[in-house]
Amino acid sequence: MQIYLPIAEVSVNAFLLLGLGGLVGVLSGMFGVGGGFLITPLLFFIGIPPAVAVATGANQIVASSFSGVLAHFRRRTVDLRMGLVLLIGGLIGAALGVQVFNQLKAMGQVDLLVQLSYVLFLGVIGSLMLVESLNALRKSRHPQPPRAKRGSRPWIQKLPFKMRFRTSGLYISAIPPLIVGLLVGVLAAIMGVGGGFIMVPAMIYILGMPTKVVIGTSLFQIIFVTAFTTILHATTNYTVDMPLAVLLLIGGVIGAQFGTQLGLRLKAEQLRILLALLVVGVCAKLAIDLLVQPTELYSISVVGAV
Amino acid sequence: MKRLFRLALALLTLASPAAAEEVVAALSQNRVSITASFDGSEILVFGAVKYERPISEVTPLDVIITLSGPQQRVIVRRKQQVAGIWVNTNAVEVDRAPSYYAVSTTGPLKDILAGTEDLRHKISIPRAIRSVGAPSNVTNSQDFTDALIRIRENDKLYRMQEFETVVFDGTLFRTDFSLPSNLVEGVYTTRIFLTRDKKVVGTFKTFINVRKVGLERWIYNLAHEQPLIYGLMSIFIAIGAGWGASAFFRYIRS
Repeated sequence: MQIYLPIAEVSVNAFLLLGLGGLVGVLSGMFGVGGGFLITPLLFFIGIPPAVAVATGANQIVASSFSGVLAHFRRRTVDLRMGLVLLIGGLIGAALGVQVFNQLKAMGQVDLLVQLSYVLFLGVIGSLMLVESLNALRKSRHPQPPRAKRGSRPWIQKLPFKMRFRTSGLYISAIPPLIVGLLVGVLAAIMGVGGGFIMVPAMIYILGMPTKVVIGTSLFQIIFVTAFTTILHATTNYTVDMPLAVLLLIGGVIGAQFGTQLGLRLKAEQLRILLALLVVGVCAKLAIDLLVQPTELYSISVVGAV
Repeated sequence: MKRLFRLALALLTLASPAAAEEVVAALSQNRVSITASFDGSEILVFGAVKYERPISEVTPLDVIITLSGPQQRVIVRRKQQVAGIWVNTNAVEVDRAPSYYAVSTTGPLKDILAGTEDLRHKISIPRAIRSVGAPSNVTNSQDFTDALIRIRENDKLYRMQEFETVVFDGTLFRTDFSLPSNLVEGVYTTRIFLTRDKKVVGTFKTFINVRKVGLERWIYNLAHEQPLIYGLMSIFIAIGAGWGASAFFRYIRS
């Protein structure tokens, strides 16, 4: 069943979109990731214009993170104060990101920007995950006592504007969380991702937050930043495609149900290796597209009606 | 169906006022509605040539039919390898290029239409595109317009349909155009040219209105006229859909 998307202005098979959403839903159910980093490139592959893919991806993440953050609020695993500081950074970052996005769009380089960002981030995160999970798999075969981490971060202690974050049990400067939030905001605007894959490690390893509040707090920040990004893209670029987002979402929710079941049957180490391979795979596909000479060197963009 | 079609043509021929050699024509539809399930559309163009003398005394005419979408300003960019990766470098702006363009003829275009006539009426695909002045750093601007044509031909947006106009009994003609699903909204123009000895001897012009309708129209208008409300609504609808679907699954489970 073909469906004509009013904003993307292309006709796509509705079941393909449901299936795509479903596939990403299965993965996000299995691995507990948002899936924004997969859905945006997959939309490029099926011919959705990159600007629409990024903006609609952001819209879809707002929705898919919503039920998650509600659950964390009920369990009181959201550090609101930390979330707000991250959010302020995130909003500034998103505004900057959309500016850069629009500038480069006018110059005809936005596809390059989006693809390069994906190759860079997926490449780094994917290889780190792969190395770590391979190590973990080796260790699980030869069990060793786990080493204590959460090392001291002296440079962070020296920064000014200290704030007390009671839920996280931290007394640190507001500058590092602001910067982390800002970076994630830029990524949300440029890549159409929530940025959890950057924020979660940053919160644990740089800010030193306890693991139990990390997911809820990051989801809290992600919802507002991606909502803000959606509004910015909708008002400056008119690139948010509502029917596209809804179809992906419905597929995603159904997929997530199966993904959760599937995830329970696999071992944690195997899951992490699969996820790492997936991330590296998407990265490799995008990198090849940039490196291999394209069959068509020319591209057209419509400036306006005459 | 075919009989009905011929009858319609006969009526058309009768209805037209008596004049020198002229063409009358009609389309199977004057409007194309882009709905949520829009998957392209077929347009049938049919008509008749009205001769002033009996057909046996005159050399038969050739027919060229064009269908053109709204004119657009486009930028054609070329990729070059910079530090190992393929990047858009040079760009040429094309002032006028139809979003869709098809030419259907009764014979090879070069045999039935003179170059000067093509230049005047802008019939062939390269002539239908107007490109003035490339930036000084681009020397081969022709490559860019060629690329524009090539890309749009591959997307089935530009088509050369030689021999696809069929003439019956020397007077009745018909052709089909298939509009793809990735259509641009606007007024589409159908032009019919009669040629003899490569000269245009008669023309006819009519229009097709291509519009988004229903939900598609509403979403598109809202997104462009009330973007803030549209953005907020997208977020709430998406949250509602996501939350509703997961609530539905919780309900099934329990």
